[in-house]
Amino acid sequence: MPTIRIDGVEYEVQAGKNLLESCLSLGLDLPYFCWHPAMGSIGACRQCAVVQYQSEEDEQAGRGRIVMGCMTPVSDGAIFSLDGDRAREFREAIVESLMLNHPHDCPVCAEGGECHLQDMTVMVGHRDRHYRGRKNTHRNQYLGPLLNHEMNRCIACYRCTRYYRDYAGGTDLAAMAAHDHVYFGRHEEGILESEFAGNLVEVCPTGVFTDKTLVHDYTRKWDLQSAPSVCVGCGVGCNTLPGERYGRLKRIHNRFNVEVNGYFLCDRGRFGGGFVNNQQRLDYPGLRGDDGRYNAVDHHQALQHMAEACRNARVAAIGSPRTSIEANFLLRQLVGTDNFCPGFTELEQTLVNLALELQQQSSAVIADIRSVESADAVLILGEDLTNTAPRLALAVRQSVRNKAYEMAAGLGLETWQDAAIRNLAQDRRSPLFIAASGDTRLDDVAEQHLSLAPQDVARLGFEVAAAIRGGGGVGNSDTAAGRIAAALMEAKRPLVISGTSSGSPQALQAAAAVAEALAGAGHRPMLNFTVPEANSLGQAMLTGSAAPSLEAIAERCDRGEIDTLLVLENDLYHRTPAALADRLLHSDSAIIAVDGLDNRTTSAARLVLPAANFAETEGTLVSLEGRAQRHYPVFLPQGERRPSWVWLLACMKELGHPTATDLHQFDDITRACAATVPALAGITGAAPDHHFLNVGVKIPRQPHRYSGRTAMRADISVHEPKQPEDEESPLAFSMEGLNRWQPGALLPFVWAPGWNSNQSLHRFQSEVGGPLRGGTAGMRLLGAGTTGPTAAIDPPPSFTPVEGRWQLVARHRIFGSEELSALSPGICELVEPGFVEMRGADAHGLGLTEGDGVELDAGLATLAVKINDSIPPGCLGYAVGHAGTANLAAGASVSLAKATNWQRPPQVISTDRSGGGHV
Amino acid sequence: MTETTSMQLVPTLSEEELRLIDAEIAHVPYRSAVAIDALKIVQQHRGWVSDESIKAIASYLDMSADELDGIATFYNLIFRRPVGDKVILLCNSISCWIKGCDGLQQKITEQLGVQFGETTSDNRYTLLPVTCLGACDKAPVMMVGEELHEDVAESSIVRILGGSTEP
Repeated sequence: MPTIRIDGVEYEVQAGKNLLESCLSLGLDLPYFCWHPAMGSIGACRQCAVVQYQSEEDEQAGRGRIVMGCMTPVSDGAIFSLDGDRAREFREAIVESLMLNHPHDCPVCAEGGECHLQDMTVMVGHRDRHYRGRKNTHRNQYLGPLLNHEMNRCIACYRCTRYYRDYAGGTDLAAMAAHDHVYFGRHEEGILESEFAGNLVEVCPTGVFTDKTLVHDYTRKWDLQSAPSVCVGCGVGCNTLPGERYGRLKRIHNRFNVEVNGYFLCDRGRFGGGFVNNQQRLDYPGLRGDDGRYNAVDHHQALQHMAEACRNARVAAIGSPRTSIEANFLLRQLVGTDNFCPGFTELEQTLVNLALELQQQSSAVIADIRSVESADAVLILGEDLTNTAPRLALAVRQSVRNKAYEMAAGLGLETWQDAAIRNLAQDRRSPLFIAASGDTRLDDVAEQHLSLAPQDVARLGFEVAAAIRGGGGVGNSDTAAGRIAAALMEAKRPLVISGTSSGSPQALQAAAAVAEALAGAGHRPMLNFTVPEANSLGQAMLTGSAAPSLEAIAERCDRGEIDTLLVLENDLYHRTPAALADRLLHSDSAIIAVDGLDNRTTSAARLVLPAANFAETEGTLVSLEGRAQRHYPVFLPQGERRPSWVWLLACMKELGHPTATDLHQFDDITRACAATVPALAGITGAAPDHHFLNVGVKIPRQPHRYSGRTAMRADISVHEPKQPEDEESPLAFSMEGLNRWQPGALLPFVWAPGWNSNQSLHRFQSEVGGPLRGGTAGMRLLGAGTTGPTAAIDPPPSFTPVEGRWQLVARHRIFGSEELSALSPGICELVEPGFVEMRGADAHGLGLTEGDGVELDAGLATLAVKINDSIPPGCLGYAVGHAGTANLAAGASVSLAKATNWQRPPQVISTDRSGGGHV
Repeated sequence: MTETTSMQLVPTLSEEELRLIDAEIAHVPYRSAVAIDALKIVQQHRGWVSDESIKAIASYLDMSADELDGIATFYNLIFRRPVGDKVILLCNSISCWIKGCDGLQQKITEQLGVQFGETTSDNRYTLLPVTCLGACDKAPVMMVGEELHEDVAESSIVRILGGSTEP
């Protein structure tokens, strides 16, 4: 490790880093703007200037020269000065010049209080302005419902375009004009196209890009109460920091986890939590009277009714892959293993369990996000990752840069030399191959995109595996499989990704076969499977493949074998075709639904219990890479809402259920589950239990500047109530306590003295960009297996189009395919009405054009047509999870006819969907 | 989000413009590498580069309109607003400033009735400042259309812009 001297003090630093990141890792304050730990250095803003001396004589003579910290590699014996007058004056002058056109609008700026520009201005000591001229003003643009644009605040650090274009692959944000007219925006107003645009909120060092949903319902960072949480938008399990005030979820920020989401979230995760404030939220338990109307009952009565319905009755239950292991575990204990359906349809159950088993058996490494980014050849089978596991797609987008890093290494360029490396590599990329049924959002960086029917996607995978095993087909450039096999074999860190979204078990098996073939050829391959929901994998670990599916429960309903059916946080009409949901919910069984939002399933229930959601309760979720992660309540549920586990535990106690005797607290349930279910034995390690104290006290959810607590409820009563106590977690609803040195899973917000913005994160990391000092949050439940898949699998027969029939292929959308995020302000404006995608020739043959209606299988569904020539011949894409598509299932074969009397769906008024929130 | 492919009026380039752009493309590895040349070609034919032209060029060069607009707006000699028949580029950089370009500007404004950035009402002239015309030894200089005028005296403005009807 090189030793460098800064202002007379010697430090050992890590080789290969630049001076700026070394200083930050050492805890020294060196201001910066354009540098970002995930994006490297370009030396644009000149803010991190220091003096470098040639030698000791040079230093003694007070000569030296100004260099930029971010562009200066640390080398043994180098001598620097941060504190010297020249360096300080230079840095102050830079801030002053950046501030020439910056307005004095901090009091009305959404960034105020967590603004990197504010922090840096204070840090350099700039106080008095010399400039007396007019400031430039710009016209702002409408950039969609998620982001606010205020160009006057720009300091032209170029972080936004570097992030948006270079990192996230967006094309519709650019730097316009030159010198002091520089403008960051679109060619013309319009919704930003990137699914990761929301990160601009955190990337922009000042208030140019701010969270529009927060701006409409604003609270400053220092007034937000927050807690470590986990995104429930998909299976990736990104770590988040939701912030609350006045009982409303205000915003979601990224919570750094070096192995899961790094510095970035997708827009579904960042803006998809607004359903917490939705007016469709249930407030009270409701009991349906004989007239069919619901009467509010208090929570004791509700429990009595629930216990009554379960006592001496044949009870079955449907759990939920989008809620915690603990709630599902309790429900399973309540009704018994044979009567507990994890909430999957048969196909979903097959897929998720297969994904789990293949990963358990595979000798491939189950890749975390850092490993995905390090892959130097990637094969994706059947997934449009950007729409099914978005954060994973962003990581794959980084992986194609490994070619550039390899070229850079050849020239001795460090990886942080961003501009130099991009210039060097131009558009040379590591190979990425995508085989999917239609175009995907990663096609722009793919070496080859093959649009195939799901069967043929799987066949291609098996062919690649065979080519690798046989050796002969490798490098056969006549076939796609040969080229892919060669690229994977040439790579040092090959990665294979597939998942459940295409509804094809063979795709999963094919991916596992490719990974196994690579392992057999002496490689150490990586493997990743996407799963549909936040706890799909946990649910499979809890229940296994033998658990009854929704179809099996429906059969028992048909036969009248179920007196009471409990449904936990699961809208069956969203998950299954209406016919199946009807069989489950409209049989003779009494339905008891526990859920947060009013939906068609709760409307079919006799008793409805209002459940808390991810922001109001603790829970453990297992992500797609088998990582158990704990989320904590950011605030307590209002009114009669209770966490599902509280409802279920109370009911079990009411019934005198034996399991419940020893269960008193949340941690007891986690422990009982870990003890009962071998696959979940590790979940207690996901986070410390409620006994954990940090230096003797609980960890505060509120920053020490949290203000107005005595006034917040003054419109109701001037008597300030006691702060609620949290007996279930190591966190407190308080600003007392210490937010430092705790385990990584317990970080409720980031703040450090002098660092009010999210840039303070480096004070919590072991080194800049490295893991949190308290360790990486979460517990991996999947180790690398050894056996490999047990049985050899035959490829499915190839797909042959049938004249007049179309095979349905699933098409996912980041906004719309997931149920809850689609009910959030902002996102609900971006959700399209249900649609099918078909080839232009097919549409032409049926006399259809874009926007016309098409009827599937005489009455199955009628949907708007989109023309998309990337759909494989003989296939028809359908929008998963959208209005009007619940009856469609991937793989089904349908006939098509032009819809008569078709009316284009009306424009939806966003407030209708977001429940009249605030927009 | 995929782009909507609903009915749109697709702006087009003329055959002559496309021929010239194609000739440039033949020399480079990527289509987008000729962005500047394509902008110049279109400006030569149309006098300026409209939003529609930006979209048409961008689509022809496989790049986003946003990216191309970033390039177009960076260069002060790519005109993103309509200009008059002739553009007057008056150098106001250091040499020409020492040699009295301010006086020339005043004279032009007196004669044509336009300030920097404005076009005469008869659409004959647009007056723009320019940082250097590469003829500092002949300062002050200005260009009118394609023609460079050296050692310009205030008294010669009327002659150079002779025949103008303004103000």
